[in-house]
Amino acid sequence: MRRLWIGLTYIVFFLLIAAPLGKIISNAFSQGLPGFRDALTRPEALHALMMTALVVVTVTVLNTVFGIMTALYLVRAEWLSSRLKNLLNSIVDLPYAVSPVIGGLMIVLLLGPDSALGAVFEHIGFNIVYAFPGMVIATLFVTFPLMVREVMPVLQEIGGQQEEAASTLGAYGWKTFWKVTWPSIQWAVTYGVILTVARSLGEFGAVLVVSGNIMNKTQTATTLVYQDVENFNVTAAGGVALVLAAFSVGLLLLMEWSKKRKEVR
Amino acid sequence: MNSLLRHKGWTWGFRTTILLYFVVLIVLPILGVYYNSFSLGFKNFVESISDPIAWKSVLLTLRLALIATIINVALGTMIAWVLVRYKFPGRSLLNSLVDLPFALPTAVGGLMILLLLGPGSLIGGAAEALGLEIVFHQPAIVIAMVFVTFPFVIRAVQPLLEELDPSEEEAAYTMGAAGSRVFRKVILPSMAPGMIGGGMLAFSRALAEFGAVVLVAGNIPGRTLVSSVFIYGEVESDNPTGAAAVSIILLTLSFLILWLINMAQMRGRRS
Amino acid sequence: MHVEVRGLNKHFGNFHAVKDVSFEITKGHLIGLLGPSGGGKTSILRMLAGLETPDAGEIVFHGQVVNNLPPQERGIGFVFQNYALFKHMTVYDNIAFGLKVKKANKSFIRDRVMELVELTGLKGFEKRYPQQLSGGQRQRVAFARALAPEPQLLLLDEPFAAIDAKIRQELRSWLRELIERVGITSIFVTHDQDEAIEVADEIMIINQGRLEQKGTPWDIYKEPKTTFVATFIGESTLIENAAELKGFKPAEDSRSTKALIRPEYIEVGDRQEFKMASATEKGIVKHLQFRGSEWLVEVEVNGHKLVTYRSLEKETLQVGQEIAVLVHRAYLFNDERSWIQENSLKEDPMPVYI
Repeated sequence: MRRLWIGLTYIVFFLLIAAPLGKIISNAFSQGLPGFRDALTRPEALHALMMTALVVVTVTVLNTVFGIMTALYLVRAEWLSSRLKNLLNSIVDLPYAVSPVIGGLMIVLLLGPDSALGAVFEHIGFNIVYAFPGMVIATLFVTFPLMVREVMPVLQEIGGQQEEAASTLGAYGWKTFWKVTWPSIQWAVTYGVILTVARSLGEFGAVLVVSGNIMNKTQTATTLVYQDVENFNVTAAGGVALVLAAFSVGLLLLMEWSKKRKEVR
Repeated sequence: MNSLLRHKGWTWGFRTTILLYFVVLIVLPILGVYYNSFSLGFKNFVESISDPIAWKSVLLTLRLALIATIINVALGTMIAWVLVRYKFPGRSLLNSLVDLPFALPTAVGGLMILLLLGPGSLIGGAAEALGLEIVFHQPAIVIAMVFVTFPFVIRAVQPLLEELDPSEEEAAYTMGAAGSRVFRKVILPSMAPGMIGGGMLAFSRALAEFGAVVLVAGNIPGRTLVSSVFIYGEVESDNPTGAAAVSIILLTLSFLILWLINMAQMRGRRS
Repeated sequence: MHVEVRGLNKHFGNFHAVKDVSFEITKGHLIGLLGPSGGGKTSILRMLAGLETPDAGEIVFHGQVVNNLPPQERGIGFVFQNYALFKHMTVYDNIAFGLKVKKANKSFIRDRVMELVELTGLKGFEKRYPQQLSGGQRQRVAFARALAPEPQLLLLDEPFAAIDAKIRQELRSWLRELIERVGITSIFVTHDQDEAIEVADEIMIINQGRLEQKGTPWDIYKEPKTTFVATFIGESTLIENAAELKGFKPAEDSRSTKALIRPEYIEVGDRQEFKMASATEKGIVKHLQFRGSEWLVEVEVNGHKLVTYRSLEKETLQVGQEIAVLVHRAYLFNDERSWIQENSLKEDPMPVYI
């Protein structure tokens, strides 16, 4: 009985995880190392990887700062009534329930060239949709809950008394945050950052809709993979996909590591 | 400098910034979709919805997501059980690998399935010889959905199994209950919340899935065109209102599921 | 520091937690805020610290209204119920925190922290983290941390609540001594009357958000001003109708007057033991309990159960024995007023035993 279950588990993992991973590796090298190198050093591939890196960095920085602040306010703020806090708290999760494509659509509808806001921005020469800012906003939308949901439970668990103690000892908000709050939440933040990086690295649907997938302009690594597949250029797609997959596996290892740190604390 | 940093304006500024960020980034876009789909009147909304391509895509998505969820609940429960109850070589490796579909870009996931099961591949060729069609047909969509939602049920059931007190089981055995009976009466009920909760999350994620599906589905209207791909197509063909109409059906459904999960969690916490 | 509070009020939603509280505290005194849990003691303490904003009323330190000062600028030290030690800092860093915030120079910080470590008996524990300490040690660290920046007012919220009963006793006298030595005005919150009586110079009794009485422990014990204080402090038996007690016939309408009688107000024994035998009543011993240093005697008089103590030096009583009972005084109260009344049949005042 026991053998059967373990065997079945191994089979599922092999079919669903190991085989696809192996296949993508063999595919990327199906035309040897030079083929892999060529796929990656195409100008559009280099540009797409750079765009992805830019989006990841921008989104991670913004989402970390705003995520920590939102979590702090949702847990500690006395100027928010508890009813409003509960409402905001449930709104935080909404991006989980929204399909990325719809997330992208939202931003097109709100800030696209046909919308009132979009027209204003276009008038002053600042394009949001089909440009970098729109891609950042779309990815921010999708990643918003990740940081908040990691930090909030830790803040709730440590309670507000250490911070109050610091204030009676003369420390103001900034100092209290860095000396007292930060050491307690740093591993949760680390975990949140890794999740944010993974999610923004892999974001596809929302970015595809918002960016317009313009080669050498707004194309990211994931949308390039999509385009390559649509153009039946599977080997080239495999090269970029392998790079993304390698990053993901690396992030997964980091996740495991920071999860352990988070638990030890 | 210090007095400048302690000025009341900072507090006020921070608070406003956060609230604005919240409203502009999350609330406004969601309201925007609802507003947009009704902006040309209710009649127009009904028209968009009653387009057979639109409602067939919604029905197809629901059906396939349901199949994927059922598969996932079964597989996930089994894997959670094996990972918690048995010690065997490679256990911790498998445990880490569970999260891979979360970490992997969905487009890469889609490409993997395409490569593995596609026409040129070993499995794809064999299936074709047997007269089975996988890629660009409904089975591929289900496989893609199962892949991206793989971790949900496992991660929901695992902690419940770990918490389950073995003495409860032992007590049942000492009272002469047979293995299958113990499983039905003791183990299954304690896993059920995780199976249902994880299943609902997986279902809502499968409904929303785009990246993996768009690469492996043939996207033939009425047969392999799921809602998210339909929405993308509408956006591409410059019909955002039609896209918004289908979007709010999907959105409302997802919000409903999210709300149900929250309700269930709250009740669970109270009891 | 001289502390004055005028007309303090605080609501939490619909709950009126603190109702029009006013008091004054002399410099250097140690004050106990005593009352049942949920009575508003902690809210008062937190408002003094600036951690909570009053809805109405003024808080005055040194003649200056501090309502609008944040906790950082009030010059107070606060010891939290669960200590709220910074768990990722060593004992040394915890104590030094307030000084570092003030940017004191390094050698001064070192000297001050070591002085406090010495004073609180924590020598050798400076490098430890809070989770490596016992409850009593954590309490001492919290105390040293609050004292380090030399506050002018020390506020302690249930400082002994989380400590074992045995060590609590020891810590109480330690704290009392230390505060005396440092000479700092201190206010502590407690729901334990023994603790308040033992430690405080003055007690403020807080009930349902109101200040019921303020005074020395002895005053409060001897002359409770309200019925609540009379029932809350010490043990007592309630007699629904005071007139049924011999020697306590009030002048006015006697029906509505009730009496509270403390064990030490009652003397029991053989009829010949009493000088004024006529003031005594007949009672039957219902129950005897040995209390180590005395007997606890439960005696029934006219259908009322009274409780008192009897010295071990005197003849041992038996259950069921008929004895004489003398009630020296009682705390009487009715709807209008309350007062302490001596037994009117007794001529010469008896010395008070407590």
